Amino acid sequence: MTLYQKLFAVFTVLSIFWLIVQLVKKGKLREEYSWLWILTGIVLIIIVLWYDLLLFITKLTGAVLPTTTLFVFGIIFLLMLSLHFAIKISLLTYEVKNLAQKISFLEAEADQGKPGMNSDAQTISTD
Amino acid sequence: MKKKCIIIPAYNESKNILNVIENIKKVTDADIIVIDDGSKDQTQRQALKAGVFVISHPFNMGYGVALQTGYKFAIRHHYDILLQIDGDGQHTPDSIPLFFEKVEAGDCDVLIGSRFLGSNSYKPSLPKRIGILLFKIIIRMINRTEITDPTSGYQCMTKEVFDVFTDDDFPCDYPDTNIIIRLHRMGFIVKELPVQMKENPEGKSMHHGTFTVMYYFFKMFLSIFISLISKKNYLKKEAIDA
Repeated sequence: MTLYQKLFAVFTVLSIFWLIVQLVKKGKLREEYSWLWILTGIVLIIIVLWYDLLLFITKLTGAVLPTTTLFVFGIIFLLMLSLHFAIKISLLTYEVKNLAQKISFLEAEADQGKPGMNSDAQTISTD
Repeated sequence: MKKKCIIIPAYNESKNILNVIENIKKVTDADIIVIDDGSKDQTQRQALKAGVFVISHPFNMGYGVALQTGYKFAIRHHYDILLQIDGDGQHTPDSIPLFFEKVEAGDCDVLIGSRFLGSNSYKPSLPKRIGILLFKIIIRMINRTEITDPTSGYQCMTKEVFDVFTDDDFPCDYPDTNIIIRLHRMGFIVKELPVQMKENPEGKSMHHGTFTVMYYFFKMFLSIFISLISKKNYLKKEAIDA
């Protein structure tokens, strides 16, 4: 790896770090979503500065070129990120459902009282 | 005397809901609760006009979620027995008193209305019949019991059962065969009652289109598989009994 390649990689990773920190600072990105990005950045820095490690991993995984190793780990990172978001979306779906159900109860009870009460007293809401 | 309620999940059923409610009122005095699943038409207004309690979802969340809203509401208001019936008029309400009678007598925990045991019921389309047959075989293999109509949404159940359905692991997408298998594994008694069913007046179905049908089968098999490997299902009934 040439010095220019190293400098470019380090500069890119540090820029991403700076962006993540700024987003967290401004409250646009929650800490819980930033850890995976920061972890990946740290791994990238280590690989860039310690090229022999990349060569070792390449040899260990049976890949021919170090770039293949980088691509494979890049894809693994994206898969992990997708899974992370799928888990979060599933959780949010449950929470939205439960919240909507609760709102429905409360709204119905506020408008109509209890089931089985005098039906004439029920109001018609057009919301 | 046990406290009973009837829940009717409804989505865009303004044409049928009034009739459905009127017909139910003729055979029972149980509390009727309509769950309007974010309908875009006048379903909510029509149901309120009929003088029943209406819970309206702020947006459409699907049949299973509407059912679960009914279960949660029934728990919230301390009902002992719950009957669910579709809002499209497919299920004839004549059997409601018999449903209540059998569940109240303790014959079973869940009573499913079967269109295949009753006479003069409509026959579903061939693909649907094949699907029902497949799930019937799966239930027979796993539960060692015969359920002739595993996709029927016409059901009556005890508080212990609908309490279980209020959990987040309730399969809100398609609560059918997977539920029957789960309940059996939890130790609940599931039986069937012959009922009359009519074809949907507008020919509507939950499962239309190749993708939807394939998705339904995929979800159902996955849900059944999860039910089989989950230890949680065994523990619940024991916890309830304790």
